[in-house]
Amino acid sequence: MTALLALDNVIKDYQSEAGTFRALDGVSLVVEKGELVSIMGPSGSGKSTLMNIIGCLDTPTAGIYRFDGTDTATLSETALARLRNAGIGFVFQQFNLLPRLSALANVALPMVYSGVAKRDRDMRAQTLLASVGIGDKPKSRPSQLSGGQQQRVAVARSLANSPELLLADEPTGALDTKTGIEVLALFRSLNEQQGVTVVIVTHDPEVARATNRVVRIQDGRVFYDGPPTEAALYGHAEGATA
Amino acid sequence: MIVTMLAEAWSALIANRLRSVLTMLGMIIGVAAVILMLAIGGGVQKQVSESIAGLGSNLLIVTAGSGRSGPLSGGAGSGATLRIDDADRIAEIDNVVAAAPSTNVPAQVVAGPINWATQVTGSVPAYFLVNEWTVGDGRTFTEREERAGARVAVLGQTVADKLFGASDPLGQTIRAKGVSLRVIGIMEKRGQGFGGQDRDDVIIVPLTTALRLLQGNAFRRSIRSISVSVASADALDQVERDITYLLRRTHRLKASDDDDFSVANLTAITDTLSTTTAAISLLLAAIGSISLVVGGIGIMNIMLVSVTERTREIGIRMAIGASRAAVRLQFLLEALMLSLLGCGIGVAVGTGLAMVAGKFIGFDTAVTLFAISIAFAVSASIGIFFGWWPATRAAKLSPIEALRS
Repeated sequence: MTALLALDNVIKDYQSEAGTFRALDGVSLVVEKGELVSIMGPSGSGKSTLMNIIGCLDTPTAGIYRFDGTDTATLSETALARLRNAGIGFVFQQFNLLPRLSALANVALPMVYSGVAKRDRDMRAQTLLASVGIGDKPKSRPSQLSGGQQQRVAVARSLANSPELLLADEPTGALDTKTGIEVLALFRSLNEQQGVTVVIVTHDPEVARATNRVVRIQDGRVFYDGPPTEAALYGHAEGATA
Repeated sequence: MIVTMLAEAWSALIANRLRSVLTMLGMIIGVAAVILMLAIGGGVQKQVSESIAGLGSNLLIVTAGSGRSGPLSGGAGSGATLRIDDADRIAEIDNVVAAAPSTNVPAQVVAGPINWATQVTGSVPAYFLVNEWTVGDGRTFTEREERAGARVAVLGQTVADKLFGASDPLGQTIRAKGVSLRVIGIMEKRGQGFGGQDRDDVIIVPLTTALRLLQGNAFRRSIRSISVSVASADALDQVERDITYLLRRTHRLKASDDDDFSVANLTAITDTLSTTTAAISLLLAAIGSISLVVGGIGIMNIMLVSVTERTREIGIRMAIGASRAAVRLQFLLEALMLSLLGCGIGVAVGTGLAMVAGKFIGFDTAVTLFAISIAFAVSASIGIFFGWWPATRAAKLSPIEALRS
């Protein structure tokens, strides 16, 4: 298997009035195609920064990040936008659907930016909505849908351009337990049946337990990288870096 | 993609209907003002050139110099310096079609119990040709009647209405300065002249009749003016010089003497008036375009607010793959749509107002396609110009910051 994500000693500094703040302090991480990984860490650990870099929303201060073999530092802004569009599918805690657009139009939006013809993208959007179990509500606005349904729309949207990576940021954070479990099951089935690489950023051990591999981040460093053992999930597995 | 973005821009405007309409108001007022001003300006210009054409085209008017009685100067036309022979000689000049000598006598005209103060013009049959004025009812007088000093009169519409009202003036007798005149014709309506004077408030009689019977003895053979019809507009200047040369010679003026006559060229007046009205309508349109600029600033203002409000939306779009160019295009299209919609409504309002104004002032205030295309071109430029900055601000947002908002 080729490594889909390869971070090599990635450092990210933020400038603030108080001086330089190092959010990531030399993170090295490899995720193979087809993996189902969770990134854990308390707030302020740098996991959001790591997610932004993996999602090509932000660039490292130092170190190399390769996506599917390509050094992202060599890519132009437009190329990065294209990568976010077709290579990565985002799922957010707050769903981040556009309130004015219908469920169908939300799912079709990434295909607007990749230049798919309207007929084709509407057809694919409808198929995707059906595949996440809400094929009967294409015309509904996000405000007319429940949280779980909105998150399903968001998952369908993230799959629009058949990305290699599905990057989810606290995808169950705004959902009740039962709905959260359903959404996690959706991620699992996408990973197992369609081979989509899934990276879930979370602080919830129950979410991480549903993944095959846990990466714990603390103080900007990888603190643990391995299977979801109890110790890893609850933060007692000190120094067990693989 | 453009179609989808246009649809999205439309839905963004619809989502904030009241705000969009208020934003467009500046454009609507500006465009309506420009359209209205151009229509009225065009109407005025048309009116002016029509009334000039009504005076007779390629016309030169030679007026007698001022007369003097002691220290008092009598003003143009009061002197006895132009004579009928002058008209005959002018008629001989190359490119002169006709020269009609005429004189004017103010008179109180009486018909039965009614009387009316008007101008009595004495002239020759060529007068009607030179002034491009045709008879509406009856006939004008002949050369023979003119030479014989026949006691006949042709009435302008106004005089006919004042003296005879609804009854038929033809064949009736009127009296002016104690002379009985038989009405043989009524002229067609000519309307107002430049100064607003009523050009139908006049009686035309044979020149000989006017000189012998109506005008004082002192000026028996002298006339006030000669209307000269010239073959073409190009020949006007040459003919004007020829007339001046001819009259100076026949009037035996020394090189040091001033002309004892003056020659007015109507084409020159036409040009001046056209230029003036064009300048006025341009000025009015310029005032309207200030309102357009203000409208554009309104659009920029609202677009900036919109970008701030929709920061999160911009972040989401960037996260799912919108390039900065696509974000910029989206907001530019919204600004453009605002300005063009405003323009469309403004054109409709302006056209409506122009029609109403046309009814009121009696001008033809047609809105030209040219004015409409100008309005749309200017509005599009304003939309892009004032939309550029907000759109660029949206495009420059950092996706992370935008998502966090």
